[in-house]
Amino acid sequence: MNAITLSNITKTYNRKTVLAVDDVSFEVGKGEIFGLIGPDGAGKSTLFRLLTTLLIADKGTATVAGHDVVKDFKEIRGLVGYMPGRFSLYQDLTVEENLNFFATVFNTTIKENYELIKDIYVQLEPFKNRRAGKLSGGMKQKLALCCALVHKPEVLFLDEPTTGVDVVSRKEFWEMLHRLKLLGITILVSTSYMDEATRCDRIGLILGGRLLSINTPEDTIKAYPEKLYAAKSDGIYALLKDLRSFEGILSCYAFGEFLHVSLKCAEQEALSYIQSKGHTHVEFKQITPTVEDCFIRLLNQKNEGNGHKDE
Amino acid sequence: MKQLFTFVKKEFYHVFRDWKTLLMLFGLPVIQIVVFGFALTNEIKKANIVVVDNAKDLASQQIIDKMEGSKFFSLQKTLMSSSQIDAAFKEGTIKLAVVFPVNFNTDLLHLNKASIQVIADASDPNTAITLTSYVSSIVGDYQAQLVPTSAIPFTIQPEVRMLYNPDLKGAPNFVPGVMAMVLLLVCVMMTSVSIVREKELGTMEILLVSPVKPLMVIIAKAIPYLFLSLINLCAILILSVYALDLPIKGSLLLLFGESALLIITALSLGLLVSTVTSSQQSAMFTSMLGLMLPTMLLSGYMFPIENMPIVLQLISNIVPARWYYIIVKAVMLKGLGFSAIWKETLILAGMAVFFLALALRNFKIRLE
Repeated sequence: MNAITLSNITKTYNRKTVLAVDDVSFEVGKGEIFGLIGPDGAGKSTLFRLLTTLLIADKGTATVAGHDVVKDFKEIRGLVGYMPGRFSLYQDLTVEENLNFFATVFNTTIKENYELIKDIYVQLEPFKNRRAGKLSGGMKQKLALCCALVHKPEVLFLDEPTTGVDVVSRKEFWEMLHRLKLLGITILVSTSYMDEATRCDRIGLILGGRLLSINTPEDTIKAYPEKLYAAKSDGIYALLKDLRSFEGILSCYAFGEFLHVSLKCAEQEALSYIQSKGHTHVEFKQITPTVEDCFIRLLNQKNEGNGHKDE
Repeated sequence: MKQLFTFVKKEFYHVFRDWKTLLMLFGLPVIQIVVFGFALTNEIKKANIVVVDNAKDLASQQIIDKMEGSKFFSLQKTLMSSSQIDAAFKEGTIKLAVVFPVNFNTDLLHLNKASIQVIADASDPNTAITLTSYVSSIVGDYQAQLVPTSAIPFTIQPEVRMLYNPDLKGAPNFVPGVMAMVLLLVCVMMTSVSIVREKELGTMEILLVSPVKPLMVIIAKAIPYLFLSLINLCAILILSVYALDLPIKGSLLLLFGESALLIITALSLGLLVSTVTSSQQSAMFTSMLGLMLPTMLLSGYMFPIENMPIVLQLISNIVPARWYYIIVKAVMLKGLGFSAIWKETLILAGMAVFFLALALRNFKIRLE
């Protein structure tokens, strides 16, 4: 049985003037880590709120742990752990008080499920008498995860849990999620960090309320149809401009210190074009696309599609 | 049960860790009692009056002596012309002038009739009337002394007794009013803000996605403020008994019970406000605006309700403070028992149930 199912979910705000989620359907299997990847405003948080029974969809149905999100919202509320996108614990309560409070709210105790949260809690323990508002960003998120986990939920909803968290803490956070997965907990997680996508079992790329693709990170990358090259020279901005005016180019965009380029023409042709423009220290090599590349590709496709429609 | 206990404990943490809330909770009533008790009072103490004694005879002297003995006046004896008196009134340095004519005593003894001119600053009519009536009663006293009782065949002597407040002090009037205002304002504002704060901080989102029932959230929010308000009530009563010399005539238990009822009504109203507002500011604003003015103006403690236009009289019926004000006056000042106030109690209880039911019905179990 799937832990989460959505079929044709549509949600609008402001009397149907703002389309937040547009006809989204997907399933998440039990014990799976499913990542919703997309920029801010893509509709990720709305999906979370729909699934955690906080909002009601305009159209479509959804179930969590086998319960309908509208009819059986009470059952779901006892079964899931939810960590909202914004830090939502009591800032004026200490770490321990927060944890104790949420444990009691879910009719359990810290002791009962200590095994589950032990790994994170040992890191928080030195600060247990500190007010939650005074914690660092990473610590706050760890505490929030603890609070969402303390009642041993079947399904865990984590809305951008690593936003504003340093690289080391992010790594730890994901290791944590993989340990939870081993315990059979289903995790729906959203992020706007593309590099985190590879840590999910499957990812859904979401943009403008539409789910553009659902696949494993590997297959998402494999599905990238063209060859992708990384290019670099002394004058990176000039290179970008030149390449964009080149006929044989499919797409070209800045990516870190490189330009990522895909071609219509042969590799050799592009190289000689670059050299003809007098660039020095040119590097040009084929690379494996990242999830972000796949995302940018989908984004461009969508924009072009819209462009055609406009004409 | 344990859930509720933890929830209530959490609410107490919120209150005690926020000095602003604490200050408002306990500072407001104390300040109001002190300000109303000592600064803003319509009692007349030591009003500046001028006595112009053109007679300087026995009778005028005796009347002036009596005036000097009164705690209401601060006497200044000068010889002023009428234009000087006029000027003094214009400057506002005096509230009242008493002018004895020449030959006051002689006229009194020989013509059996003499007059005193009493001029009052009636820009404040209450003060003017009070002061002139004090003067009249002093003169009347003197007259009664002067004439042996048998001399006038028929006299009707009104024996005036000011019940419940013989000294006409302000405190018996405003303490019940302040009690109503403080309890209502504090409770409504605190509860509405505390729930809206959970919405604003996003914690409501987590609470909603938990097995907690709305009724429990509401009760857990209300209990700490009920408790703190009762402490507040103690503070107000101690202040009014010991600092303002206002004894509690009726049953203390009854007074507390009735106050608890008002607090519950106020808490329910606060919960209602919180369900219809979405930011702490608007919650605060709604409770301030929606309560402060009606409580002050329509509860009968500043202006008598009987004198209001019929529309306002009708509106005053839905102001909880109006009924509580009647109750407190009955219990605290008149020493009456429950049988005298059961009707008002019933009305308050009805309001509490109504507000609470409405709050529960409006409590959103989702985000929109």
